[in-house]
Amino acid sequence: MPQPSELRDTEPLNGYQLRVVREVLLALLAAEPSHGYQLRARLALALGPLAGALNDGQVYVTLNRLEKAGLVASERVGQADKPDRRVYELTPAGRHQVTDWLEDTSWPKPAPAEFHLKLVAAAAAGLADPVGIVNQQRRALLVGLAQAQRAALAEPDASVAALLLEGVVLRLQADLRWLEACARYWNKAKERR
Amino acid sequence: MTDTSGSVLAASALRKEYGKGAALVRAVDDVSLEVAQGESVAIVGPSGCGKSTLLYLLGGLERPTAGTLQLAQRQLEQMPEAGLARLRRRALGFVFQAFHLVDELNALENVELPALLAGASPRKARERATDLLEQVGLEDRAEHLPSALSGGQRQRVAIARALANGPAVVLADEPTGNLDSAATTDVLRLFEQLHADGQTLVVVTHDERIAATADRLITMRDGRFVDETKLTGGTQRTVTEIAGLDG
Repeated sequence: MPQPSELRDTEPLNGYQLRVVREVLLALLAAEPSHGYQLRARLALALGPLAGALNDGQVYVTLNRLEKAGLVASERVGQADKPDRRVYELTPAGRHQVTDWLEDTSWPKPAPAEFHLKLVAAAAAGLADPVGIVNQQRRALLVGLAQAQRAALAEPDASVAALLLEGVVLRLQADLRWLEACARYWNKAKERR
Repeated sequence: MTDTSGSVLAASALRKEYGKGAALVRAVDDVSLEVAQGESVAIVGPSGCGKSTLLYLLGGLERPTAGTLQLAQRQLEQMPEAGLARLRRRALGFVFQAFHLVDELNALENVELPALLAGASPRKARERATDLLEQVGLEDRAEHLPSALSGGQRQRVAIARALANGPAVVLADEPTGNLDSAATTDVLRLFEQLHADGQTLVVVTHDERIAATADRLITMRDGRFVDETKLTGGTQRTVTEIAGLDG
């Protein structure tokens, strides 16, 4: 696997910018206290080639902000032959925020990366069943698709708005197809454990 | 037994097995379903999940390995073949992906056929078929053979035929599987209209667009029901939000 640093110069795939590393970091910390480099490596593993979208300092800057917000706490730990490192752990307020995030079914608009990471993080932290999260998300999308489909059917023939609604329906269908793949993967992952 | 007086169709712990020993396949594995009068239910799942087999069991076209099935207040599982065939004709309408129209009969004759088979007088059957063709918007295609109709028109004829005997339940298997987007829309509108008129519907499909017009969507995987979503009632987001136009 290429090191994330090698990908730094490649243009992140359009639309795959990561806006919400914040909650992902919190969720990863829910499993166990970690230091920045560990978190960075786990994110890179989960994202594969898309990790190029993540800049190196982002994890540290975000951890800093989370600490200021009282969502994580850190402690300096000494290491032989190496500089000290800072180990972060979740505060009760941080844990609360992770729970809210896992239950949120609003669909990330530009890319499925956030949702993907939510499943990875939930599984890693043992906080929630990824398949349960997939099913919950699926229900929310199906209800949305049903509404858009009904609205499309209610449009008269040759309506230009029906075209937009068809686009909405088809995108939701593609999302649902991907969720089906997510359910398959995480079901298998459960069996492997 | 559970009280199923309010349901038109009630299946309990249905199972269908094929093969034996190591090659045993449970196509349908412990499925229970109750469909209320006037309700529209969609069963979705990837191909091979057992949804078509389930529809065949519900329609009495195949016998379950185990479980009970009630249709229009009658128990089906022990019913002799002749009685089952009569009940199917009277109480059920089928819509298939490949239409299954009789190629030698025109649209009107295809639609009146089930009524004639059920013993209706030719005049009654003709009247009913004429009304139904009008309902599906094909009154001007009555004399056409299926080969002269588009896929969407053929499926609308098949839907009209399914309604010929005023069935308690219409069972549809991938009704839009062979249709393009525009024809799919026509068929979806038709299903919506039937549902609004109080027709009980059970549709199996892998296409969420069809499923989206149902009251209830059940997800099937590996022969089992794994999830259920209510698509009508409850709090709903605005279409603007769904379309992502809310900023």
